[in-house]
Amino acid sequence: MRILAGTCALAAFALSGLSAVADPADDTLVVNGEIQMITHTDKAPDYIDGLSEQYSGWHFREADTRVMQADDFDNPGMLGVEAATEVWNAVDGSEGKACASCHEAPESMAGVRTQMPSFNEAKGEMYTMEMYINECRAERMGAEAWDWDSSDMVNMTALISSVSRGMPMNVAVDGPAQSYWEKGKEMYYTRYGQLELACSNCHEDNYGNFIRADHLSQGQINGFPVYRLKDAKLSSIHNRFKGCIRDTRGETFKPGSPELIALELYVASRGNGLSVEGPSVRN
Amino acid sequence: MKRQIVLGLALSALAAPAMGATAPSAVSFAEGAVAGSLTGTAGNPEEGMKVISDRGLGNCVACHVISAMPDVAFQGNVGPTLDGAADRWSEQQLRGIVADAKKTFDGTIMPSFYKNEGYIRPGDAFTGKAAEGELAPLLTAQQIEDVVAYLLTLKE
Ligand code: HEC
Ligand code: HEC
Ligand code: HEC
Repeated sequence: MRILAGTCALAAFALSGLSAVADPADDTLVVNGEIQMITHTDKAPDYIDGLSEQYSGWHFREADTRVMQADDFDNPGMLGVEAATEVWNAVDGSEGKACASCHEAPESMAGVRTQMPSFNEAKGEMYTMEMYINECRAERMGAEAWDWDSSDMVNMTALISSVSRGMPMNVAVDGPAQSYWEKGKEMYYTRYGQLELACSNCHEDNYGNFIRADHLSQGQINGFPVYRLKDAKLSSIHNRFKGCIRDTRGETFKPGSPELIALELYVASRGNGLSVEGPSVRN
Repeated sequence: MKRQIVLGLALSALAAPAMGATAPSAVSFAEGAVAGSLTGTAGNPEEGMKVISDRGLGNCVACHVISAMPDVAFQGNVGPTLDGAADRWSEQQLRGIVADAKKTFDGTIMPSFYKNEGYIRPGDAFTGKAAEGELAPLLTAQQIEDVVAYLLTLKE
């Protein structure tokens, strides 16, 4: 049994004395026998203070859940990818265009997910993938924008993520991104709600530990959208953030709000270097 | 997605403090400890056991292992085991820890169970909506006393 590295885990070990410290599973992920996934690194980026190593949430799930992600035929999230592939090719809106009209095959999006969210120069603000998609729909296709958590939207983000699988996350944190990053960082360490818990309390100080039945991961977002077995559907990043803040007995932020966009950038940067896994499988 | 996944601390049904109970803001801590009973009524260890194990109440086992409760599934390990807690802490210290652990352990992750102000974006229980009006503490004064009475049985 390996000792989970990271000062936080060691401190927890010292405090808990006899409590078992559960390791992230010592396992490697290769999807479809060909896509090598970086699910663990020995070193987080220098600008992340609280983490030494990085782990994908995949390491903290049970073996049967981990296996589901290794083959597209077993990964229920791939049904969303298939559905989005049809939409990709379907004409919609007043301009008579499909995504395919301008972007050709979905594979043209390879690498896009690694950079999301990114600063949209033309708009002068930080854009998540959902926002880029809706910009194209509303302004280039003359089609209706999709709701953040609609199945069309989450499926499309799954399709666009899937063609970057294996590539390392690499969001920019400097230049125009910096002020968003600072804001997201501040949120990450803010103790919200009546339980007064920050993201860091669970995902930095206690990853590897159990909170009741839940094996705490680092709360990375390289696997999004994730197919959650308990909901039997794909879930967006903002939906997960909202759920975690609600669990602090806190007042949540809305998906698509400036707060969650900033938090997304910061959390994405904590995973810079881990492979894009979306759509991944979690419980 | 509508159920809370982690800490099932529901608002105690009866928000109004029992007659004669010390209000959360009036509790005085001396180096983390609280000297006298919050209610004047002796704690009931059996009730305390329920509060500790019930997801909808204290749900202390979300973070603590208590070997004396083998039937309670999925005890977490974010905090230290509570086995032998009564050997390490006095009644007054335990009352202080349960009422507001931050007074004993600076900056601890352990929630403050007898406190009702000073929060950032408090919600209306686990709905995700903003809390309205005055908040009730996570546990009632009597529940704190019941929990302390149970903890005092944890000797090795
Ligand atoms: C009429 C042409 C057109 C259509 C139709 C269109 N797009 Fe785009 N899309 C663009 C252009 C132009 C850009 C901006 C490229 C740039 O600025 O680098 C873009 C950018 C994007 C980006 C951001 C890429 C990046 O590298 O940051 C995404 C994601 C995207 N589109 C998805 C879609 C999807 C999904 C659809 C269909 C629902 C769609 N687009 C339909 C023209 C189109
Ligand atoms: C009370 C503890 C707690 C707090 C506080 C908390 N989370 Fe979580 N979070 C969990 C649990 C439990 C899970 C499910 C198991 C896991 O992946 O860690 C989870 C899962 C996640 C995941 C999914 C990871 C994956 O691989 O699927 C992300 C992302 C996440 N949290 C981000 C956050 C952020 C951002 C915050 C702060 C706004 C936060 N969490 C606050 C307990 C918490
Ligand atoms: C979210 C996690 C969490 C929850 C929920 C929680 N605790 Fe704790 N508790 C801790 C941690 C962590 C410590 C160690 C103190 C520190 O942070 O240094 C602790 C310490 C303690 C101690 C002192 C431990 C010792 O023996 O030295 C007692 C007693 C205690 N908790 C009782 C409780 C009771 C009773 C409840 C429920 C009413 C509870 N805790 C709920 C996390 C938690």
